[in-house]
Amino acid sequence: MDKKPSHARTVIAYIVLILLTFLCLFFFYILIVNATRSHPQIQKGFSFIPGHSLMKNLRSVLNDANIPVMSGIKNSLIVSSLSAILATYFSALTAYGLYAYDFKLKKPAFVFIMLILVMPTQVSAMGFINLITKMGMLNTLYPLFLPSIAAPAVFYFMYSYMQSSLPLELVEAARIDGSSEFHTFNRVVIPIMKPALAVQAIFAFVTSWNNYFIPALVISDNSKKTLPILIAALRSADFLKFDMGKVYMLITIAIVPIIIVYIALSKYIVAGVALGGVKE
Amino acid sequence: MKKIKGNEVSYAKYGYLFIAPFFIAFLIFQFIPLIQTIYYSFFEYYRSGLKIIGPNPVGFDNYAALFEADFGKYAGNTIIMWILGFIPQILISLLLAAWFTDIRLKIKGKQFFKVVIYMPNLIMASAFAMLFFALFSDNGPVNSTLISMGLISKPFRFLSSVWGTRGLVGLMNFLMWFGNTTILLMAAVMGINPSLFEAAELDGCSPRQTFFRVTLPMIRPILIYVLITSMIGGLQMFDVPQILTNGKGTPDRTSMTLIMYLNNHLFSKNYGMAGAVSVILFIIAAILCLVVYFTLNADDDSKRIRKRDRLKPRKEAVNG
Repeated sequence: MDKKPSHARTVIAYIVLILLTFLCLFFFYILIVNATRSHPQIQKGFSFIPGHSLMKNLRSVLNDANIPVMSGIKNSLIVSSLSAILATYFSALTAYGLYAYDFKLKKPAFVFIMLILVMPTQVSAMGFINLITKMGMLNTLYPLFLPSIAAPAVFYFMYSYMQSSLPLELVEAARIDGSSEFHTFNRVVIPIMKPALAVQAIFAFVTSWNNYFIPALVISDNSKKTLPILIAALRSADFLKFDMGKVYMLITIAIVPIIIVYIALSKYIVAGVALGGVKE
Repeated sequence: MKKIKGNEVSYAKYGYLFIAPFFIAFLIFQFIPLIQTIYYSFFEYYRSGLKIIGPNPVGFDNYAALFEADFGKYAGNTIIMWILGFIPQILISLLLAAWFTDIRLKIKGKQFFKVVIYMPNLIMASAFAMLFFALFSDNGPVNSTLISMGLISKPFRFLSSVWGTRGLVGLMNFLMWFGNTTILLMAAVMGINPSLFEAAELDGCSPRQTFFRVTLPMIRPILIYVLITSMIGGLQMFDVPQILTNGKGTPDRTSMTLIMYLNNHLFSKNYGMAGAVSVILFIIAAILCLVVYFTLNADDDSKRIRKRDRLKPRKEAVNG
C-alpha cells in the first residue's frame, strides 16, 4: 500500500537507533580504552586505539594502600550475594504466605505492602543510622544486607508470578502426599519459581552492588568499604595527584563485571524488566 | 496429627508464619527508624565538636529553619535536573516503543537494541558519574576532542557552569533510564488487543494517527506509573550529582539535591534537621506511593477486562 513512507520511516528509525546505541556504548568504550593507557598517554589526548598499560594500571590499583580494592570487591560480593539471596527467598516466602493461605490479616497485609511498594528507604535513613549505632552494627556489613528481607518490589514480582504459574492444586497434592507446609514451599514451590527467583536475584544483586547512599553512612572503616564508597573516596581525593590510568581502571573494575554478567543473561533480564514493571 | 476442624485443617497460622520475617525486618529496619526520624525532627539534636547538644524539644523550629535556609532552592534543583532527564527519556521511549511494536516497520536486531539501551541502567551510578567527571573535566577527553575538531577554541568548563553540570546530570539520568522505560512501554503496547491496530489500519489511519488515537490512550495507566515512579526516583536523586560535584553541588549549590542536603545533615550528625528534611520527603513520597497504588490497581482491573475481551472472539470462533 504505502511502501514509500514506511521505507523512509524505517531509515529514520535506524538512524535514531544507531545514534542512541552510539551514545550508550561510546562512554564505556572510552572507559575501557583509557583503562589500557598510561597516565601520560591519557593526558596527551583521546585516542580510539587501546594502549598497552592494562596490566600496569591493574597492578597500580591493586597495590594502592589507600584504596583497598581487593577487600572492596570481596565486601561488595558478600553484601550483594546475601542481599540477593535474602530478598528473593523471603519475598517468595511472603508472597506464598499471602497467595496460598487464608487468614484474617491477609488483605491488610497485602494492601500494606502495595502501599510501601515504591517508598524510598532514604526517608528513614536518620533513624536507621541511629538504630544500628545503638545495636552496635555501625561499621559492619550486616545493616547492608539484612534489610533486604523486606523487599516490597521483589515481593510484588513473586506474587504476580505465582498468580500466573503456581496452581494451588499442586500444593493440595503435596499436602495429600503428607508433605509439611514448609517442606512444600522449599521442595515444590521454590523449583517452580526458579525463573522468577533468578531474574529477581540478578536485579537485587545489581541494586546492592551499586548501592552508595546507606553504605557510605554505615561504613567508615577502610577494610569494610564496598566499591561505590571507594569510587567516592577517589573523587574526594585531590584529583590532579592521581594517575588517570588508575582512575579509569578502578571504574572499570566496578562496572565491567556487571556488564559481562548482563550480556550473558541479557535475554532473561530484558524479559524480566518487561514482566516486573517495578524496580527499586 | 494436626487438629482437624470438620473436614478442614486450619492453615492460617502458616500464613502468619511465612509473612512474619518480612514484617519483622520491615518493622526493625524501616518502621521504627521512620518513627524515630519523625520524633527527632521536633528536637534540637546535633553534634558540635565533640559535644552532643540535645535532644531538646523545639516544636516546629527545625521545619522553620529548613524553609528559611535553602530547602526551596534544593527542591528546585532536584525538580530541574529531574525534568532535564525525564523529558527526553519519555519522548525517546515512546518513540522507540512505537517503532519496535509497529509491524509495518521491519526493524532488524530489536533484541540487540533492547540489550544495548537497557545496559546503562545496570551501571553503578557512582562509577558512571566518576566516569563523566573524568571525561568532561576541563582537560578531559571530551574537551580535547572538541578542540581538535575545531568546534571550540578553549576548553568548555562543564563542571563550573550551572547548566553544564545540571545538563550532565540530566544526560546521565536520561541514559540510565530510557532503556528501562522503553521496555516497560513496549510491554504495555504489546498488551493492547491487536484487533484494535488491525481496525485502525483498515480504517486508513496513518502511523501517527494510530499512535495518538489508539496507542497513547491505551497505555495511559502505564504512562502514569512511569511518570510517578520516575518522580520518586527523581526525589531520591543522589549518587550522580554527589559524585560528580564531590557532594558540594557546585557551582554555588545549584546542583545540590534534597537527598544530598539530607546526607550533609546526616554526616554532620545534625539529627534534628535531618529528621525534618526526611519528614518532608516522606510526605511527598507517601502521596506518590498512593498514586502508584491506585494506578496498579486500576491497571489490574483493566487487564482483567482485556483478558475477558480476548476470550470472547475465541469462543465465537469455536461456536461459528
